[in-house]
Amino acid sequence: MKVGFYPGCSMKGGAREYQESVSALAKVFDIELVEIPDWNCCGATAAHNLNKELSLSLPARIMALAEREGISDIVVPCAACYNRLSIVKHELEADKSLSTRVASIIDLKYEGTTQILNIIQFIDKYITDRLEEKVVKPFDYKAACYYGCLLVRPHSILKFDRVEDPQSMDVLVKKAGGDAIDWAYKTECCGAGMSVSRTDTVARLSGNIMKDAVDRAAEVVVVACPMCHSNLDMRRPEINKFLNEKIDIPILYISQVLGLAVGLDAKTLGLNRHMTEVNLPVKPVREIPVAKEPKKVVNTQKLEA
Amino acid sequence: MSASHEHIHPLTLNDEIRRDTGVIINKCYQCGKCSAGCPVATEMEYPPSLVMRMLQTEDPLHVEKLLKSMTIWLCVSCEMCLTRCPMEIDIPSLMDYMRQKSYRAKKTNPQAKKIIAFHKSFLDSINYTGRLYEMGLIVDYKMRTGAMMQDVAIAPKMFVKGKLNPVPEFIKGRKKIAAIFNKIQDKKEGKL
Repeated sequence: MKVGFYPGCSMKGGAREYQESVSALAKVFDIELVEIPDWNCCGATAAHNLNKELSLSLPARIMALAEREGISDIVVPCAACYNRLSIVKHELEADKSLSTRVASIIDLKYEGTTQILNIIQFIDKYITDRLEEKVVKPFDYKAACYYGCLLVRPHSILKFDRVEDPQSMDVLVKKAGGDAIDWAYKTECCGAGMSVSRTDTVARLSGNIMKDAVDRAAEVVVVACPMCHSNLDMRRPEINKFLNEKIDIPILYISQVLGLAVGLDAKTLGLNRHMTEVNLPVKPVREIPVAKEPKKVVNTQKLEA
Repeated sequence: MSASHEHIHPLTLNDEIRRDTGVIINKCYQCGKCSAGCPVATEMEYPPSLVMRMLQTEDPLHVEKLLKSMTIWLCVSCEMCLTRCPMEIDIPSLMDYMRQKSYRAKKTNPQAKKIIAFHKSFLDSINYTGRLYEMGLIVDYKMRTGAMMQDVAIAPKMFVKGKLNPVPEFIKGRKKIAAIFNKIQDKKEGKL
């Protein structure tokens, strides 16, 4: 099975482990991810903050290249890229003259026929049905599934999951044998692209997220976005300083959680690449409860005559 | 009816906003849910609902204050305001519009210098390589802001963990990307 793949820039650099784990997981389920040839950056926040046409053109070129290759489904594991591609697809669909203008800027034919899938939609479409039968090492941890902003918002365009209390990642973690906890910061913002230019803001926002997760006894936070990951993981010293606490629970990508559950090793999944060390406590293998022989109940009570 | 009854008025800012973003400013009835949910409202001079109110007045002084504000640059585009707005007003698109207008008119708040420098370094990287080259971005950003020592301490660890590429990846079609930047800059939007 072949599926189009748009890794985006961060998965080639700071979030290398996300790509490693997504590829490894796909391989387990016999899915071949075909990278869109010569893809470019989606422009991210920088483009839509400064120039609308640029913010439309960069993602449009990516989708046009995929169309040229005959790719119908594009997996976009980075939530920020997924958001940009989906929004541009939507805007160009709604306004044909804009679509024509953008096609002339990128100098490529653009039809808007590709389907954009985020990591969870990809897993649900190609993997979920076969997931449980492949689980050999249940991920037996209390996990706080963190969706962030761009995976679920704006709902009117993305139409993915519930907007305030999404469940799709929780369901996957449960299928992997985990305990997806109920918590309050599932879709609060981590500070996103302000990591470098407003580190204080990121420390406060990400700090509040980590605090709630830890207060509710989470042993791990599960994410589906390289930006969320870098803020919660790489900015941990700043977070801990803001909170005046020492929080050391790891941040894992959903693909790493599922990868561990289907028996992939830590190195293949890139767990060693996280800035906050992944020291998940070793738990006794859960035994399937065997029905014990019921104790014989000796009726000592004599029947009254 | 003769055509002489039609008076042609120049477009107001709110007309332009409606044309370019679809946002109808007067739909806002000041419930304040956007400001309550906004993760950065506490750092803004004018929280989102106040931005809406200021635009409703159509007072040029208010518009000027907004274009020169930190508010528009602090917005992280998290889309929470739009999600919770009972009138479904697309405030994130409005914020994009205000940022672009402020940037073109060279009215950006001096305190937003670092945020804008980051965006510009980011776009420069795409313009030259077709992709974001993280190390180049950081170096370029440091040159623009003079924040030479920022995050220097974590760089070696990132390098060891394989998170920093020593050399950029150039895509084959980077001339095509540069052409996109050129075409956009030819227009009224001005140089990035």
